[in-house]
Amino acid sequence: MATIETPLAYKPADYKSDINAIWCPGCGDYHVLMSFTRAFAELGLAPEQIVVVSGIGCSSRIPAYTNCYGFHGVHGRSLALAAGLKVTRPELTVVVASGDGDGYSIGGNHFLHACRRNIDMTYVVMDNRVYGMTKGQPSPTTEPDFDTALSPGGTGLSPFHPLVIALASGANFVARAFSGAPNETASILVEAMRHPGFSFVEILSPCVTFRPDEREWKSLVHPAPVAATGDPAKAARRIMTDDGFNIGILYRGERRPYQPRMEDRNSDLAELEKDFEL
Amino acid sequence: MPDRDNVSIAIVGSGGAGALTTGSFILEAACAAGWYGLLTRTVGPQIRGGEAAALVRLASHPIECMPDRYDLLIGIDWLNANRFGAEIEVGPDSLVISDPRGGELPAIVTRAGARIVEVPIKEMAKTIPGGRPNMIALGMAAALLGLGEETLSALLAKRLADKGQTAIDASCAGVNAGLAAAAAREFGKPLSPPKTRAAKRWLVSGNEATGLGALRGGIRFAAAYPITPASEILEWLAPSFSKVGGVLLQAEDELAAINMIIGASFGGTPSLTATSGPGLSLMIEALGLATAAEIPVVVVDVMRAGPSTGIPTKSEQADLNIAVYGFHGDAPHLVLAPQSVADCLFTTQWAVHLAEALQAPAIVLSDQFIGQTVAAIERPADIAFIGQRTKAAENSGTYKRYAVTGSGISPMAIPGLRGGQYTADGLTHNERGTPTSNEDDHRVQLDKRCAKLDQFAYGDHWATVEGNGDFAVIAWGSLTGAAREAIARVHDRIGVRLVAPRLLLPIQPERFAAALEGVKHILVVEQSHGAQFHRYLRAHYDMAGDVRVLNRPGPLPIRPSEIEQAIMEWRS
Repeated sequence: MATIETPLAYKPADYKSDINAIWCPGCGDYHVLMSFTRAFAELGLAPEQIVVVSGIGCSSRIPAYTNCYGFHGVHGRSLALAAGLKVTRPELTVVVASGDGDGYSIGGNHFLHACRRNIDMTYVVMDNRVYGMTKGQPSPTTEPDFDTALSPGGTGLSPFHPLVIALASGANFVARAFSGAPNETASILVEAMRHPGFSFVEILSPCVTFRPDEREWKSLVHPAPVAATGDPAKAARRIMTDDGFNIGILYRGERRPYQPRMEDRNSDLAELEKDFEL
Repeated sequence: MPDRDNVSIAIVGSGGAGALTTGSFILEAACAAGWYGLLTRTVGPQIRGGEAAALVRLASHPIECMPDRYDLLIGIDWLNANRFGAEIEVGPDSLVISDPRGGELPAIVTRAGARIVEVPIKEMAKTIPGGRPNMIALGMAAALLGLGEETLSALLAKRLADKGQTAIDASCAGVNAGLAAAAAREFGKPLSPPKTRAAKRWLVSGNEATGLGALRGGIRFAAAYPITPASEILEWLAPSFSKVGGVLLQAEDELAAINMIIGASFGGTPSLTATSGPGLSLMIEALGLATAAEIPVVVVDVMRAGPSTGIPTKSEQADLNIAVYGFHGDAPHLVLAPQSVADCLFTTQWAVHLAEALQAPAIVLSDQFIGQTVAAIERPADIAFIGQRTKAAENSGTYKRYAVTGSGISPMAIPGLRGGQYTADGLTHNERGTPTSNEDDHRVQLDKRCAKLDQFAYGDHWATVEGNGDFAVIAWGSLTGAAREAIARVHDRIGVRLVAPRLLLPIQPERFAAALEGVKHILVVEQSHGAQFHRYLRAHYDMAGDVRVLNRPGPLPIRPSEIEQAIMEWRS
C-alpha cells in the first residue's frame, strides 16, 4: 500500500471532490462551495481533518462536493449530529452547512441549543428565503407578502431574525456574508473557523429559480460600516436595526467553548462494579 | 405464615411517607443476611403526594419475577392504595398490618381473608423524638425475616451516615419499636435466613446493569434526554464516564439525542442513548439514517405503557412493533431484549458488540419492570463481547465506503484517516457513497445491508431455550422470569420447554424451528394488549401445533401462577 505525500500547501482545488456539483444554473450555492474551498486552503487544513455536516435541502448537498469527510443526514438535525462528533473528536474541524428551511424551521430548536452550547464549530446557513428543493414554498425568512402555491397571497408572518436569535442564544461569533462575493465570504469563513466556540455565518445565497428577485441582492449588499463588536447589546441593536444587507463580522464574543473532557482515563471498569457489591 | 424458600413483603404509603426507603432497607438488610431478592417500586407519575408502594420479594436462590401474592402487607396509610390495589394482592395466608388511623383498607385486601393486625404505626412514631412511621414498618418486616437489631442498626448507620447520629438513633429506636410490636402481637415464627453463599453478590437495578453493559461493550459517548423510566441509565453513565473516559451530552430533545450519537459514532466512538416509547418514536427517522449510512448506534428503550404518554411509571411490552417495524423503507437493523435485571448487562453489552460489528443500529427493548427493579444477584459472569468495528486503513486507491463484500460489512473510514474521505448519506448511494437513484445501486446496497445481518454468526445467545417436552412457553423480555418460574412449578407434573428470544431482529428461523422441534402445544405469553409478540411470531416463524396466547396490557404484571394455570388448564 502506497503512502500519500502530505502537500506542503493546499490549494482550493484540493478540497473539491470529483463529483460535479448540481444546483440550478446561477444558484448562489456554487459560490458558497468556492468560498468553502478557499477558506479551507487558507487555513491549510488537511482535508481529512475537516468534516462538513449537513441536513436536507439544496444547500445541504454541499458535503459530497468537497473532498473532506462529510455527513448528509436527516432534515434539520445537522447541528446535533455535529455536536456529538465534535465533543468526541475535538481535534477535527467541524463545519455545518444548512439552509433557511433546514436550519430555521425544522431545525430551529437545535439552532437555539447549539448557540447556547457553544461547541467549537462553524455553522453556515445559506439563506435564500425559500424552500428550493421542494419547489418554492415559503421558509421562516420569507417575506410575509411573497405569493406561493402553498400560501396564496403570502404567509402574513414576520420573518425570523436568525442573527439576533443566534446572538441572544449565545453564539460566540455572528457574521453575514453574500455568496456573490466569494473572496469576502471566504475571509469571513476563515475568521469564523478560527474563532473559538460556536460561530454562525449567515450567507445570503440567491435562489434564482424560485426567487429571481434575489438577483438584485448584489446591488443591495454593502460592507458593514463599523467593525465587529464584542458587546452583545450593541451587536443586537445593530442587527435589529440594519437593512439586512450589512455584510461582515458583526459580533465576536469571548465565551469559553464547551468541550467536556474526553480523554480515556482508562480506570478499570471493575472499579465501577464496587458500587454494586453487597 | 408457611415456612418456605421465598417470602414477599409490600409496604404501602402516600408518596413521601417513606415506603420506598423502607423497601430498599429491607432488601439490603435481608441480602446482607443471605437472601436473594428483588425490590420493585410502584408509584404514580407524580413525584410527591401520590401513591407509593415498595414490593420486596426474597428467596434463598436468585429470582427474576415478582410473586403471585404478598405474605406481609404493611400499610403506613391506605390513602391512595386503591389506585394500585391489584398490584399488591394478598391471600388467606397473608398478614396485613394496618394503622387504624391510616384510612380505609382497599377492598381487594379485606376480601382476601388475610389476617389483619392493627398497629398504631403513626402514634408509635410520635412517641419517638424524630421518629418516622416507615422505620417502625421496617422493624416489623425485619421481625418476620428474623433480622435482628444488630443487622438493622449496622445498615442504618451506613445508609443514614450523612444525616447524622440523631437521625440514626431515631431510626434505630423506630426499628426497635417495630420489632417489639411484632413480638407483642405474635406475627408468627420468624423465617430463618438462608445459608449465606460464598459467591460475590451485587445489589443492582436493571438500568444500572444496562449502563455497565454499555461501558463493558465499549460505549464512550451517550446523548441524554430525560424520560421515565430510562433516566437512571443516563444518570449512571454520566459519572461513570468521568471515571473511565467518555462524554455524555444532554440533548435538547430525542431528535437531537439520536443524531448526536450518530455523529459521535461516525467519528469512531461507540455511542448510545436511552429512552422510552415517546422518545423512540422521535428517534425512528434518524435510526433509518443510521441503517442507510451504516453507522453503529445503540438505543435502549425502557418500555412503559403506551400509546402516547401512557403510564410512564408502569411496565408494558408494547413497543415491539415500533422497534421491529417502525422504520420507513426496508431497513434491516438489530432488536434485542434483556430477560432479567442481570441480563440487562449481558444483552446491552452484546448489543454494542453486534451494532459495532455490523455497522447497524441496535434497539434494546428493556422495560420499566426490569429497568427499575433492584435485584440482589450473583455477580454476572464476565463476557468477552467488546464492540469492534471493521475500520478502513490508509489507502492510495479510491476508497469505497460501501464496498460490496462477502460478509456485507465494509471497512469504515474514520475522519482523520487520509484518503478515506467520504460523505455518509441517507440518500441511496453507490459503493463509494455517491448519491444515486440507479435501480442497481439501490438494490445492491439493500441486499448488502440485509446480507450482513443475515449472515452473521449470532451463536446460542439468540434465545433462552430450556427444558424439553411437547409443550412450549414462548415469552420474551421481562416475562421470561415469570415463565421460567411457572415451568419450574409444574415440572413434576409436565415437562415444558421455555423459548425466549433475546435477538428479535434479525429473525432466526432455523434456530427457532430447532428450538420448537417436536412441540405440539405453544403458549405465547406477553404483556401487550394487541398481542404484538404473537403477531411477530406468526409473521416470521413456523408455529407448528396448537397455539394459545396469554396476553394482557400493563400495568398489572402477568404472575407465574397465571402462566402455571394456563399450562395446567390446557393439559387437563
